[in-house]
Order: sequence, then structure tokens, then C-alpha cells
Amino acid sequence: MARRRDAVVRRGLRHVGRGIVEQPGMFTLAVVASSIYGAMTVASAYVIGEITDRVLLPSFADGATTAAALSLAAAAIIGVALLKIVGILGRRLFAGIMSYRLQADYRRRVTRQYLRLPLSWHQRHPTGQLLSNANSDVEAAWFFVAPLPFAVGALVMIAITVVALFLTDPLIALVGLVVFPLVFLVNVVYSQVMSPRMQRAQQLRAEVSEIAHESFDAALVVKTLGRETAETERFGARAEELRDGLVAVGRVRGLFDPMMEALPNLGTLAVLLIGAGRVADGSTDAGSLVSIAYLFTLLALPIRAIGWVLADLPRALAGFDRVTPVLEATGETRYGPESAAPAPGGAAVGVAGVDFSFGDAARPTLRDVTFDVRAGTTVAVVGPTGSGKSTLAGLLVRLVDPADGTVLLDGVDVRRLKEGEVSGRAAFVAQGTFLFDDTVRGNVTLDPAEGSAFTDDEVWAALRVAAADEFVAALPGGLDTRVGERGATLSGGQRQRLALARAVVRRPRLLVLDDATSAVDPSVEARILDALRDSDEPATVVVIAYRQATISLADEVVWLENGQVLARGTHEQLLDEVPGYAALVRAYSQAEVPA
Amino acid sequence: MTEAPLVPADERREGAFATLRRGLRMMPEFRRGLPVTFALALLATAGRVVVPIAVQQVIDRGLAGGDPDLDVVTRLVLLCAVVVLITAVAVYLMNVRLFRTTETALAALRVRAFRHVHDLSVLHQQGERRGSLVSRVTSDVDQLSTFMQWGGVLGLISVGQLVVATVVMTVYSWQLTLLVLVCFIPLAIAVRWFAQRLATAYGVVRERVGDVLGAVAESVVGAPTVRAYGVGARTAARIDGAIDRQYRAQVDAQKVTAAVFVSGEFVAALANAAVVVVGVLLGLAGDITAGTLVAFLFLVTLFVAPVQTASEVLNEAQNAVAGFRRVLDVLDTDPDVRDPATAAPETVRELPPGPLGVRFDAVSFRYAPGAPMALDGVALTIPPRLRVAVVGETGSGKTTFAKLVTRLMDPVDGQVLLGSDAEGWVPLEEVAFSSLRSRVVMVPQDGFLFDATVADNVRYGRPGMTDEEVATAFDELELGAWVAGLEDGVRTPVGQRGESLSSGERQLVAVARAYVADPDLLVLDEATSAVDPATEQRLTRALDRLTDGRTTLTIAHRLSTAERADEVLVVDAGHVVQRGTHAELVDADGRYARLHASWRRSSTGAPATTG
Ligand SMILES: Nc1ncnc2c1ncn2[C@@H]1O[C@H](COP(=O)(O)OP(=O)(O)OP(=O)(O)O)[C@@H](O)[C@H]1O
Ligand SMILES: Nc1ncnc2c1ncn2[C@@H]1O[C@H](COP(=O)(O)OP(=O)(O)OP(=O)(O)O)[C@@H](O)[C@H]1O
Ligand SMILES: [Mg+2]
Ligand SMILES: [Mg+2]
Repeated sequence: MARRRDAVVRRGLRHVGRGIVEQPGMFTLAVVASSIYGAMTVASAYVIGEITDRVLLPSFADGATTAAALSLAAAAIIGVALLKIVGILGRRLFAGIMSYRLQADYRRRVTRQYLRLPLSWHQRHPTGQLLSNANSDVEAAWFFVAPLPFAVGALVMIAITVVALFLTDPLIALVGLVVFPLVFLVNVVYSQVMSPRMQRAQQLRAEVSEIAHESFDAALVVKTLGRETAETERFGARAEELRDGLVAVGRVRGLFDPMMEALPNLGTLAVLLIGAGRVADGSTDAGSLVSIAYLFTLLALPIRAIGWVLADLPRALAGFDRVTPVLEATGETRYGPESAAPAPGGAAVGVAGVDFSFGDAARPTLRDVTFDVRAGTTVAVVGPTGSGKSTLAGLLVRLVDPADGTVLLDGVDVRRLKEGEVSGRAAFVAQGTFLFDDTVRGNVTLDPAEGSAFTDDEVWAALRVAAADEFVAALPGGLDTRVGERGATLSGGQRQRLALARAVVRRPRLLVLDDATSAVDPSVEARILDALRDSDEPATVVVIAYRQATISLADEVVWLENGQVLARGTHEQLLDEVPGYAALVRAYSQAEVPA
Repeated sequence: MTEAPLVPADERREGAFATLRRGLRMMPEFRRGLPVTFALALLATAGRVVVPIAVQQVIDRGLAGGDPDLDVVTRLVLLCAVVVLITAVAVYLMNVRLFRTTETALAALRVRAFRHVHDLSVLHQQGERRGSLVSRVTSDVDQLSTFMQWGGVLGLISVGQLVVATVVMTVYSWQLTLLVLVCFIPLAIAVRWFAQRLATAYGVVRERVGDVLGAVAESVVGAPTVRAYGVGARTAARIDGAIDRQYRAQVDAQKVTAAVFVSGEFVAALANAAVVVVGVLLGLAGDITAGTLVAFLFLVTLFVAPVQTASEVLNEAQNAVAGFRRVLDVLDTDPDVRDPATAAPETVRELPPGPLGVRFDAVSFRYAPGAPMALDGVALTIPPRLRVAVVGETGSGKTTFAKLVTRLMDPVDGQVLLGSDAEGWVPLEEVAFSSLRSRVVMVPQDGFLFDATVADNVRYGRPGMTDEEVATAFDELELGAWVAGLEDGVRTPVGQRGESLSSGERQLVAVARAYVADPDLLVLDEATSAVDPATEQRLTRALDRLTDGRTTLTIAHRLSTAERADEVLVVDAGHVVQRGTHAELVDADGRYARLHASWRRSSTGAPATTG
């Protein structure tokens, strides 16, 4: 038990140390400023004392004063205050900057991890939780930093006061100092009681955020099914748990604060009581006791400041503990060294003995998938819903890596290619279009990081190929029109066309189309394929489609069923040989057409 | 309209107190039990003032003259100790009460804001980034809660302290008290001025927090796209930009905060200096004694400390108020598609029982004031029980049509009605949502699944169904084989947004969800666009059979739907340009004939010879 208590405090102190180590400059500045503030606080008490002795009392005694004496007194008060102001300004600004820098820094680190970690990791972590990690958890982790320099400055103040106390009367000082172990004890108990409650509160915060995010994401479904009340109840239940969690936190905090306030006061009283006895038996004089009592009242503030920091530590730890797993998560995609400039024209693709399973699923999604696509040819992948086509497409452009087997691009295992090499050679249009909250141009060009932005002409040309030029031209801002979050201001088909233009503009050597033309007229689809295939150096195309017109353009068709390649060949061959294939692609021709 | 700000323009520049008043009106829970809390605060305040004064008394009376009166000292010290303890208990009780009331009120506020976001129209919802909406029910409220956990208490106590100190000061010397108050008048003015700037500064901070959440959410949700196009660097740059802007806004706000605090310190020094100078002069004039002046100097510190604490609290309050305002702004945004049951109960009319027809009376719709009409003067009547296919090119207005039928949006012009010639027509805006949403169900173009099991998602359409009933529903839709193939049948979890299923599978679940809702009017907007043709044919045939006698509106690019429909509506550039059975339209040699020929050609792989 005692060890666990220690652990919370020790981890808390280590966390404080981490903050200091990461922002040593700001911390030092803030501590210096705090010390100035502390010194000036003591000095202002001293100045008032001096003025009383040298100006006030003599004036009253003499019945006269001089303008010089009065101005000097006023100047002293204001002068000290000005120095104190410098201290305050410095402490506030530097401490604030320190805290905000740490927050910004950790937000950057956390979000960088989000970009680095594999898609499988993303699927395991709800968006709402990731948002709360980047926002409220990081904030909780570094919130305590704002009063930290003040507290450290206060330590200096305490040290000075303690020395002064011992110089005046060691015995009384000793009695008074019993307060410190008590303060420490209260803190240890507090941290121990508070930690689990804080963890729970942060956890509930994340859960509330998760529900909110999912529910707002689902707004349309909620509305169309009239489930607003049910959703509100779901959210409300969790919000109430959070409320109870926060009240539980508040109850502990509400006890801790008055205790931290009462302890120094009780210490002062003890000093007075015992001190009076010592004055009575002549071991010390009244003057010393008065100054000791005064020094003790001075201690109250720094002790409270330290209390603020310590009080926030459990919350900080709770936040930090939630951020750490993100920062320490591994499994990010590793890249190899290869980047040899490939031959012009289409890329050759090879898939050899590929197995793939999602997470710990018992059944593999892809089993021993093998086929290759010669440079410049077109392969259609056809299969029933859920057969693994999208999974396969993701493997080709290295969204995921196979559990077994290899994917080759230009004859090189994609895992050996340098970062950016796969996306530089291949363009992938996913089944579900995703547009950024950006302009049309931004969504098509995606401002390549290398800086080789596309010209507007190139963008228009790509839009034309994707048959998106007409509607883009009709938009109020043309290429500069913002499309809203996930392209909310466009129709479904318009979004799909922008996604196609995004791929076309890159003149990829390999184009992977995952059912990306479902809302696009067949003629547009044919145009896109022509544009890519009919150049001197035709691109390689892997297309997932159901339309016979599209499939029949392919040099080869790969028939996928239950994650296995059950047949390969030309469209005609498969129609003849594979009944499942024929049933699937002929579903519409066989449908009875009313005369 | 799409960029509809959630802030009513006229209220954007309101002061902190106006916000607080607005907020308190919306948080009745907050006022409950407040008198007792105030009484405790008063007690705590008294304790805080008594302790230093008592210590002073012990020193003055017990130790005066170097010959301590141990009896007096003991009694005073014990008395003080009791006061200290009572104060601590009072503070504790007050804290607990305050936390409970504020957290209860804030939880209610959160829930109300959450509900209100759902009550906003789809356009309002889209006008705001989801991350930003989330921040309004999470971090903005958290900000308030954090503030309440210390600021509320501190603020209450300092105000009490201020009052007590003023009273005690007046007892000693009313002239000097007046002087001190005069010194603080400029501060009061300055604080008001600063409060404005702080409000703006913190308003910016809260907005930036929302931006960061938006940017992060985009990178997380769009992770596959980011990965596939190797645009991690660009995404990182966007996030970093948002983080930097938040950081800068925070530092800016911190500067103003420091300035306020410092001006309090400066005024306190002025007051001290003035008391010394004027006190001496008053003393020389015989108005006060040296003892009074010395005591008064001590009292001034009792006055100054709470002023500084209060100004500090006020600063922090601005931050909390900025969050508060963002929450209240959501609540104050009028849902432009209103539920008549709550907005105007007297106008509510019942939909006739049985299958529902649809009537458009010269309906026009545009997404934004200057934008072209997405639907332009559409007038038509669809009798009940009809199976209607809506076709047309991309962007022609099909989804818009569907959203108007289901009242996700209200027309800019004209009226949408449901009913039949026999039973009468009821304008949509007079139908209570509770009845409308159970009678009219749409499967949207991009269906969304919750992170739960397949069965849970289907149940969403009809709460209370057992897993077995869900499985039966899939069987009825001829999807039993698919369900059986899942790892855990209907109990298979679908993952976030349904991402552990394939796109086609997600659509199957979304259709099942709408089917079990058992609507009288079913609207399918590209509901099976990703499902393989064989499965789609089986599913739609089953659905046709099962919904026989209901009205269905189906939007699809695969014209197999149109071939089977009782009637086809052809939409082009916001107009219904053709209408009739498939056979009629194929013969009519118009737009439909061309669309159909092109589709036939592509789906059979053979050049179209007919049509
Ligand atoms: N993230 C995931 N976790 C677990 N299982 C998954 C995941 N994604 C897909 N699956 C499963 O893997 C199988 C293949 O999915 P995939 O998306 O590759 O199918 P598909 O052939 O593209 O189907 P569709 O035609 O519907 O797009 C499906 O059974 C699906 O349920
Ligand atoms: N939220 C919105 N804000 C602004 N304009 C919009 C919005 N939604 C759609 N539009 C515009 O209104 C027009 C009609 O869109 P709608 O979604 O009804 O088309 P659609 O016929 O369903 O097309 P698709 O077949 O591509 O789904 C389009 O030009 C589109 O750009
Ligand atoms: Mg797929
Ligand atoms: Mg649409």
C-alpha cells in the first residue's frame, strides 16, 4: 500500500521533471521571475515595516513630517511593487509559454503518431478517443505547469524562511516545522485517493468524446431513423457517469484544499502557543516570537502554491498515461532503401503467395493469392461482395502488408521501397471517396510535399478526363471553391469524380481503381481508362468493377472468391469456365426486361 | 446556408455577464440549493478574515509588553484553532455542494447541447466540422467544469472577503477606506476594458481548439487516403498549422491575463503609498492615531489580496465563458427544419394510415442563397404503393429530391406533401417527427454503421429486436447465407463506422436496418451501389416482394432498378424531365432511352442494339 502511494508521488515528480527537462529555458526564466516575485513579496513587508519605524512613528511622535520623507516612503512602496510586477509578468508569461509549448509539442507528437501508425491500429482506436488523446489528455498532462515555477520559486522562499526561523529560535522553529511532514503526508494520501478517480474521469471524458464523435458522424442515420432521443439517452448516460466521476474528484479536491489552507494556520497557532511559554520562562523574547509568527504567515502562500501543483499531478498523470500508449505504439510502416528510377511506362505488378488476415480473425481474408500484371496491361479483379477485393487493392499500394507472401512493384518487394516510392508510382482510388476540407484544387493536387505542384492546366485536364470539369466550372469559385468537410457540398458522384481526377492528374504508372466508378457514367469510365492506356507509355491498371464493358477491356480477369483466386483468364474464358463468374457479371442481362 | 455559422450574428459580441445570464437561464439546475452554498461561503469568508486578525490579536494582547499572559494566549489560540477548523469544514462543505450543483448543471448542459446538434438541420450540421461540434459538447464544457472546480469557489470567497475587509476598514477609518476605494476605481474600469479583450482572446483560443480537433479528425478519418497518396507531410503541416495557431492564441490570451494581474498589483501599491502619505497627514491633523494607521496598513493587505484573486478569477472566467458561449451558441441556433411537435403543436397533423404517396407542389430548393437551384419548380404526384425509380446524371438533384421527401431539408419554395388522393394530403412540415421518421425511412448514399455488432446496427431501425429476429430479417432479404459466412453471425462486430465490413456488406446492413424499421415509404439512395450484381438482384427482388404494397423511391445508377420499377422519374439539372414506365421511356427516345442504352451496353459488355 505504502509503496503504491509512493509510486504515484514518485511518478508525479518524474513527470514534473520531464516537463522541466523538455522546456529548460522557459522554466529557468519563469523560476527566476518567480524568485524575484518571492523576494519582492518579502521585501514589501520589510518596506512597510521600515516605513512604520522611520516615517510613520517619528512623524506622529514629532507632530510633523517632511515632503521628502513621505515621497521617499511612497517611492519605496511603488518601486518594490514595480519589481514585483516584473516578476509577475515574467512568471506568468514564461510559465504560460512553457505550458503551452509542452502542450503544442505533445499534440504534434501524438498526431504524428496518428499519421505514422498503420491502418490496423486506427481501426482499433475510435476517432473520438484519438481526438480526446490529442486534446484533453495532452492538456491535462501539462496543465499543472502554469503554477509550477511559482511553486519552485516558493521552495526558495520556504528555504529562506526556514533558515531565518532557525536563526531566530531553533526550538520554536522545530515545532512549527512539524507542519511540513504533515503537508507532505496529506499530499501523499491525496495523490493516492485522487489518482484512480482522475484516471476514471479522464477515461469517461474520452468515452463522452467518443460517443459524441460517432453520433455526430452518424447524424444523417440518426435523423432518418428518428433516433435523436435514443442517441441523447446514450450520450446522457455517459455524461452522467462523467458528472459522477467529476463530483467524486471534486469531493477529494474539496477536502484537500481547505486542509492545505488550515495546516499552516494551525502551525502558526502552535508556534504562538509554545512560543508564549518560552517567552514566559525567558528562553526567548517577545520580539523574536512576533517575527517568527510573521514568517510563518508568509509561508502560507508558497505552501498553497506547491499544493496547487501537487493537486494537479494526479490529473496530469492520468492524462499522460493515456497519451503514452499512443506515443509508444509501434508497428508503423517500415520502409526500405530502394528507389531506383523505374523504366518509363506502366509498372509491373506481382502478387505472390499472399495471405492476409485482419487482426486476430480466425479466417484469413486472403489466401495464397498469386497473379501478376505485366507492365502496361489492364487487369480486372472481380468477385462477390466481401470476397477480399478491396483488401487486395490495399495490398497493392501498400496500405497494409501481407502476413505471408510478397507484393512486387517493378520487380521489387514493396517493403523494400523507400518511403514515398509506392505513392509516387501508384495512384489508388478507394471505394469510399474521401475529400479533404479544402478547395477543389487542393483536393486534386494534394499539394505534393516535394513542391512540384500541378499547374491549373494540368488540373483542368485531369478534371476533364474525369468528367468533372463541367460542374467544377459551374461552382462559384471554380477551382478555389471549398468542398466542405469530406466534400459535403458536392453530390456523391461529383465527389467520386474529384477522387478520380486526383488519381489521373498524377499520371501514375499504376492505377488501382476500387469500384471507384459506381456513380460515374460508363462513358466517363471508358474515357479515363483510354486516357491512361492510349498514351505511348500506357499505365498499368488494376480495376475492380462489375460492369461487363469495363471488364471486357481488361487483358486478364482475376476471379476472387472467399479470399482465393479461383480462376484467371480473359473475360470470355471465365464466362465459359466459371459458372459463379458468369452468374455475377450477367446478373443484369439475365434479369427479365419488361418488354 | 452551407457555411451557416452557429453563432447568431447579433449575439456574437456580447459581454461575459450577458453570456452568464444567458447561460444561467439555460441551466436552472445551477440555481438549486444556491442559498445554502452562499451561506457556507459567507462562513468560510468570515473564517478567512478572522484568522489573520486573531493572530494579530494574540500578538497584540497576549504578548504585549514582553510579558506574555499565558492564559489569554492559550484561550485565544484555542479559539483561533476552532475557527480554523470550522472554516475548513465550511469550505469543504461548500466545495462539495458547489461541485455537485455545477457538475449536474454542466452535465445537463452537455446533454442539451448534444441533443440540439442532432436537432439542427443536415445543412447546419455540415456547415460545422464534426470535430468542432464535438468540442462544443466536450472540451468547451470541460473548460467550464475545470474553472468551476477552483475559480467558482475562489471567486465566491474573495468577494466575501472583500466585503468583510471593507467593513472592518471602515470601522478603523472611513477616510482612508474611501481613499483605498478611490484608488481601485481605475482598476475596476481597466478590468472591464480588459475583460472585453480577454473575451475576444479566449474566444479565439476556443475556436482554435475546435480547428485542431477538426484537422486531427480529418487526418484520422482520412488515414487511408493520406497513406495511399503519401501526403502525410502535407497533412502533418495542416495539423501543425492548426496547433501553432492554437498555441499563438493561447500565448496572446496569456499576455492579456498577465497585464490584468499586473495592473491589480500596481493599483495595490498605489493604494498603500497613498494610505501612508494621507494617513500621516490625517494623523498630523489629529484625525487618526499611529496605532490605527499601522493597523490599517495591515487591513489594506486583506483588501488587496482578494481583489487580485478576484481579478484572476475573472480572467479565467473569460476563458470559461468563451467555451460557455460556444455551447450556448449551439443551443441558440434555431433548427431551421423544425419538429412541429415542439415548435407548433397546434398545427400537428396525423399522416393517414397505410401506404403513403408523395406530392411536390412547385418545389424549389437551393443550397445557398446565391447558388443555382438544385431543384427547380418540381411538381408531381406519386400515388401510394408505387415503386418509383429516380434516375439522372451526377449532380442532377436526385439526392436533393430524396432529402426533401424525407424532410431533411425544407424547400425554399413550394410544398412537399405526403398522403394520397383518397385519404388527403398532409404538408410535411405539419407532421410530427416521431411519426414522420417511423413512417418514412431513407437509406442514405453513404450509410453509416455504429461501432457495435451487425445485430445492434439492424436493431437501430427497430429497437427491441432479438438477435434471432435480426437473423430472420436477413433470411427474408435472402442474405442468410452472407450472415452465416460471418465470423460470428449477426453478433459479428462491424468496427468503427462499420469499417470491419466490406463496403458492400455495410450497405447490406444499412438496407436491413431500414427494412426492419418497416416504413410506409422507403427511400433508397444508391443503397446497393457497392453490392455485387448477383447479390443486388437477389436482395432487390426480395425487397420488392417484402415491401409490396408500400411506396418505394429508389435512386440508382444501375438501371436494373428502373427496368423493374412501376414508374421512372428522370431528373436533369433540377428538373423532372421525363416520367413514365420503363417501356414507355425506352420507346420515347429521350434522355432516358440514351441513359439506358449506355447502361445496357456497359453492363452486358455488348454494343447496345436496342433502345
Ligand atoms: N478491418 C477489417 N477487419 C476485419 N475484417 C475485415 C476488415 N475489412 C474487411 N474485412 C472482411 O474481409 C472481407 C473482405 O473485405 P473486402 O473489403 O476486401 O471485400 P470486397 O471484396 O472489397 O467487398 P465489396 O465488394 O463489398 O467491396 C470481408 O468479409 C470483410 O468482412
Ligand atoms: N450540401 C450542399 N451544399 C451545396 N451544394 C450542394 C450540396 N449538396 C449538393 N449540392 C449540389 O446540388 C446539386 C444536386 O446535388 P444532388 O446531391 O442532389 O445530386 P445527385 O443527383 O444526387 O447526384 P449523384 O448522382 O452524384 O449522387 C449538385 O450540383 C451539388 O453540387
Ligand atoms: Mg471493396
Ligand atoms: Mg446523390
